[in-house]
Amino acid sequence: MIIVFALFLLSLLVITALAIVRTENLFVAVMLTSIFSLLMAANFFILDAADVALTEAAVGAGITTVIFLSALALTAEREKISGAGWRIALLVVTVLAMLIIYATFDKPRLGDPEAPVHQHLAPWYLEKTPEYMDIPNVVTAVLGSFRGYDTLGEVFVVFAACIGVLFILGVKPGEGATIKAPHSAGLKHHLIPQVVGRLLIPFIVLFGLYVQFHGEYGPGGGFQAGALIATGVILYALLEGEDAALRAVPRGVLLALVIGGASLYGGVGLVCVWLGGNFLDYSVLAADPVAGQQLGILLIEAGVGMAVCGALLSIFHAFAARPTRL
Amino acid sequence: MNLLELLGYFNYWVFAIVLSVGLYTVIAKVNLVKKLIGLSIFQSAVFLMYITMDKVEGGTAPIIQKGVENQVFSNPLPQVLILTAIVVGVSTLALGLAIVVRISECYGTIEEDEILDAD
Amino acid sequence: MSELVLDVLSWILLCLGGGFVLIGGIGTLRLPDFYTRLHAASLTDTMATILIFTGIMLQAGFSLAALKLAAIMLFLLLTGPTASYALANAALQSGMRPGAAHARARGEGEAG
Repeated sequence: MIIVFALFLLSLLVITALAIVRTENLFVAVMLTSIFSLLMAANFFILDAADVALTEAAVGAGITTVIFLSALALTAEREKISGAGWRIALLVVTVLAMLIIYATFDKPRLGDPEAPVHQHLAPWYLEKTPEYMDIPNVVTAVLGSFRGYDTLGEVFVVFAACIGVLFILGVKPGEGATIKAPHSAGLKHHLIPQVVGRLLIPFIVLFGLYVQFHGEYGPGGGFQAGALIATGVILYALLEGEDAALRAVPRGVLLALVIGGASLYGGVGLVCVWLGGNFLDYSVLAADPVAGQQLGILLIEAGVGMAVCGALLSIFHAFAARPTRL
Repeated sequence: MNLLELLGYFNYWVFAIVLSVGLYTVIAKVNLVKKLIGLSIFQSAVFLMYITMDKVEGGTAPIIQKGVENQVFSNPLPQVLILTAIVVGVSTLALGLAIVVRISECYGTIEEDEILDAD
Repeated sequence: MSELVLDVLSWILLCLGGGFVLIGGIGTLRLPDFYTRLHAASLTDTMATILIFTGIMLQAGFSLAALKLAAIMLFLLLTGPTASYALANAALQSGMRPGAAHARARGEGEAG
């Protein structure tokens, strides 16, 4: 029965993607992209990927839409229909799609336990996680400890993106362009969203903290928690105005969060080396190796959450504080 | 072919179609923000393909519960890869949008052919 | 026996909720004006949410999952109507008047 549901969701995905290409109003395209991300998250959940579904919903349907909308407010709203050569592009893309569809007939059947991807490494991880780490969520164990280097690199990528955006949007616009001061009144004359928003923001932040600390027991972890807490503060900025949000969580605090998160992660690795193990080998952090692994994963998830929250909020403020052209 | 096989092939066909739609948007459209939207659709299609590969028949999400023996789990490895990929995708999207905003301020437009003409 | 009663009750509630979502969807597509369409879409926010979530909570029994579902239902009941209000307020602020399409059609009918 769930197969019919999955087929229905996949068809909705294709329809939404086609609608995004066909529309010429960019705001409509951004809203449809948000719906596309939500459908994708539902699909991931049907395919048993709970962590990925949570991340796609929080980051894709939430943060991406906000960043797109703030960029659109600074640029144009409609796109021009032009562009020679769309026929050739259509031909190339159709040939590519046919080739891929032809290639998929060789793929292993969905759900086949004998498929090559399920041999060798995945059973080893599923077997060794209770023995080395004793935490229920295998994805967090692999992400935090078995493949800790990749996650460290990812935190640094987020950090670099934050710095890049701050560099690019930190330049003041040139003289001669008519600029309007940024609209910082917020939604003060809309009473109902303000009241409901003020009611909900503490619960959103609380839920973000819940997801952060329950990353080892269920779907969750640092990335989702960082995105959720950033969403709560962005909601506050939308309702009360950006100046109020900057007074609540100043820019210095955001930069400290980003740098502190990345340093915490790298610092845990260096402390492991200092205590005699390898880099990011958490077994040496406590007397009992299993407790050491759990402590290590807790610390680095905190580092990841801090870095992602600070980076997303800095990016949002960089876009929102930009004066718009008239 | 039975229903699970049909669902399996359907997943891969949807991946092919959404990939081509995203690629067409990147190639054929001239608006820079539309190109970035197409790129994000393209990335999501690739994620769909990876996560499709991780499902095991009769399995559940890879969360080990104490006291339940002999559970069949889905593969946790592609999930770890895609978690990283989603966050990296959002970071590059933010950077790309920052560049588009600066281009719009310098040239006054975000249509690619007008920018190439102005240069 | 009581399991059968619970199952039948859940079935009825879920089907009713699905029916309300269908009515809301048809209304969003077929009604003429923006404000009337917003009325239809907000039907999904409240009525369908309560029915579907109650149906699922009956299935979950008396456990932590039911408490989490009740919290999600409360959240949706708070934010859904707020979103509809925000949409309607934004449309009113930007100048869209209710009944404009209807008045236009009536005016053309009289003149033509």
